[in-house]
Amino acid sequence: MSSVAKIIGQRLLLGLLTLFVISVIIFTAVNMLPGDFAQAVLGQGATPEAVAAIRRDLGLDQPFLVRYWSWLSDMLRGDLGTSFAQANFATFTGNESQAGATVMAQIGPRFENTLFLAGVTAMIAVPFAVGLGILSALFRNSAFDKGANVFALTSISSPEFFLAYVLILFLAVLNPILPSLSNIYEGMGMGERLQRTLLPALTLTLVVTAHMMRMTRAAIINLLASPYIEMARLKGIKPMRVIVRHALPNALAPIINVIAINLAYLITGVVVVEVVFVYPGIGQLFVDSVKIRDIPVVQACCLIFAAAYILLNLMADIFSILSNPRLRHPK
Amino acid sequence: MSFWTWTLAIALAVFGGAWLMRALGRRLTGNAPYFRDMPYAVAFGYVAAVAAVIGGAVLWVQPNAVFFRWAVQGFVIAAALAFVFRLAGRHIGSEGTRKAFRTMPLTAAFGILTILVYAVLAIFAGLLAPYGQAEVFAQPNMLPGGDPASGGDPAHPLGTDQIGRDLLTRLIYGAQNTVGIAFATTCLAFLLGGSLGFLAAVIGGWFDNLLSRAVDVLMAIPSLIFALLLMTIASAWAGSERWLLTIYMIVIIAVIDSTRVFRLARAVGQNIVVMDYIEAAKLRGEGLRYLIFREILPNATAPLLAEFGLRFCFVFLTIAALSFLGVGIQPPLADWGTMVRDLAQFINFAAFSPLAAALPLMAAGAIALLTVAVNFVVDWVLHRSSGLKD
Repeated sequence: MSSVAKIIGQRLLLGLLTLFVISVIIFTAVNMLPGDFAQAVLGQGATPEAVAAIRRDLGLDQPFLVRYWSWLSDMLRGDLGTSFAQANFATFTGNESQAGATVMAQIGPRFENTLFLAGVTAMIAVPFAVGLGILSALFRNSAFDKGANVFALTSISSPEFFLAYVLILFLAVLNPILPSLSNIYEGMGMGERLQRTLLPALTLTLVVTAHMMRMTRAAIINLLASPYIEMARLKGIKPMRVIVRHALPNALAPIINVIAINLAYLITGVVVVEVVFVYPGIGQLFVDSVKIRDIPVVQACCLIFAAAYILLNLMADIFSILSNPRLRHPK
Repeated sequence: MSFWTWTLAIALAVFGGAWLMRALGRRLTGNAPYFRDMPYAVAFGYVAAVAAVIGGAVLWVQPNAVFFRWAVQGFVIAAALAFVFRLAGRHIGSEGTRKAFRTMPLTAAFGILTILVYAVLAIFAGLLAPYGQAEVFAQPNMLPGGDPASGGDPAHPLGTDQIGRDLLTRLIYGAQNTVGIAFATTCLAFLLGGSLGFLAAVIGGWFDNLLSRAVDVLMAIPSLIFALLLMTIASAWAGSERWLLTIYMIVIIAVIDSTRVFRLARAVGQNIVVMDYIEAAKLRGEGLRYLIFREILPNATAPLLAEFGLRFCFVFLTIAALSFLGVGIQPPLADWGTMVRDLAQFINFAAFSPLAAALPLMAAGAIALLTVAVNFVVDWVLHRSSGLKD
């Protein structure tokens, strides 16, 4: 068991190291911007004195490494900085307290919303995909299997916004079953919140199902040629039971792996889907900040997305180590 | 909640119908082996298929199910075209292509036909499109259909957009711009990732280690997020030069996607490098260039070609997503992602003018259709080259 702990520890360290390198990349990339924060905050009519003052205040006259270190340590303490747009807005309205101007205050509730959306999607998509995969392995090479395969290929290769608009057209405009705008807010009832989240969640389900389904099917079919399955069949066990009781437990490792990878993929898919449905999540905030070049928000969102992505991939790695006896008991 | 009661009733009817069908089959045929050994799921499949056909027929005669009729017609026409194309391929051409067409599934034939059509549209867009892509006409937001009674104009069969550009023209030019830019980006990604991957495989050692670790880190950032971050910076660099931003985008996405190509090229290259003929070439004193281009590349074509198709799909979807979000291909170039975003609100008019609601779906569907087609072909090529017959 100690070797497993060692491998997992190595993976964790590697993940942390990757995250550190990514933070360097993000910081360097943002520092390649023409001009700096001070000019960006003050806009075009800035006097050189004002720019110099802000630079001194924000520590922008310090060397690169010092700035990076202070940015990183702020990040680790949970202080994600001050949003340009919100700071400008606060000065404009005369609200100098800047209570809502920190990036943290902006990202916090939205991050929760995005997690909610991803959670609802996972709860629909994982059982649906695994079930469909088991069924198409059971009825392999039948019309059902071929139909499911074409459906999977089609939905995996369509852009997210195509699926989203098709769903909106049929489920919101032509047959008003679900609302097409997911404007959820705090203090909303759970039922209504769920109803408004359902359409984006369905879209994301379509996006991630295909890969999981094909992997489930392939993993099970790979096992069906092995002697112990032959034995189970010869005992006269029903096909469904052969697959669920005998093949599925051994196919679980690749399936869990692909599920974790697809949950990581959800993070990317969430950006476009949130924009289509005007869902107040972190993805929409990210795109808006990219458009108005609100650098602190872009940096923070980028880091959060990357961290979540690394975490999920790490979990995929760890699960596949834990479920593989050959790795657990190396020679 | 009559929708849900209907769904429930139909589901129950299908479940009961399947049971009834099997039982009646046993009774009427005197327990014939076919019905005796029929699993419930098979009976369910038959009944569900019959229910789907009946449901489709009922939907077909509904006056407001325009989209359903279009979808069915489109599907039938596409299948027929693919069938004719495959039939033609079986009798025309050289021995090799005829042989390939003989074992080709209909989906792959459809994919090849679609890619050919897109290629023709992209290359001859200037000749096929009725107007110029940035040409502005007097009346903006003209309804599609070309019927003067409902506010259309036969000169603009798909109507005009919010500033009065002909939509049919922009749809055709979209093939040139969106597909062309995606193709160029994929080529660049392959040039970069492929050559570095082969170099890493041949040279090995610290060079390989350095590149592989760098690629590992780059691949740990979700690609769309990384692309958006870099596009923020690129847009600041480009300033008001819109065309420069498109060039930056090509480079950014090519670099991000070249990491995936690098992985594959390195893995394939490493398998080839240990072969005897490489050893022989090295002993002959051949240089690095000869090794890569004359020995490794010809032996790595098949996996790289399949990867090229898949990579093109990813690049194409990424560019479409960036354009849809408003930071990709910049106006005045016509492109499908931007068109979807600009026309999206027309969907709400689906009940009054189905054709207007179909406009954003046409642009988005044009993207989907090409990636589906490429995927069908790649699926078939992989299946053929691996000899899998599961």
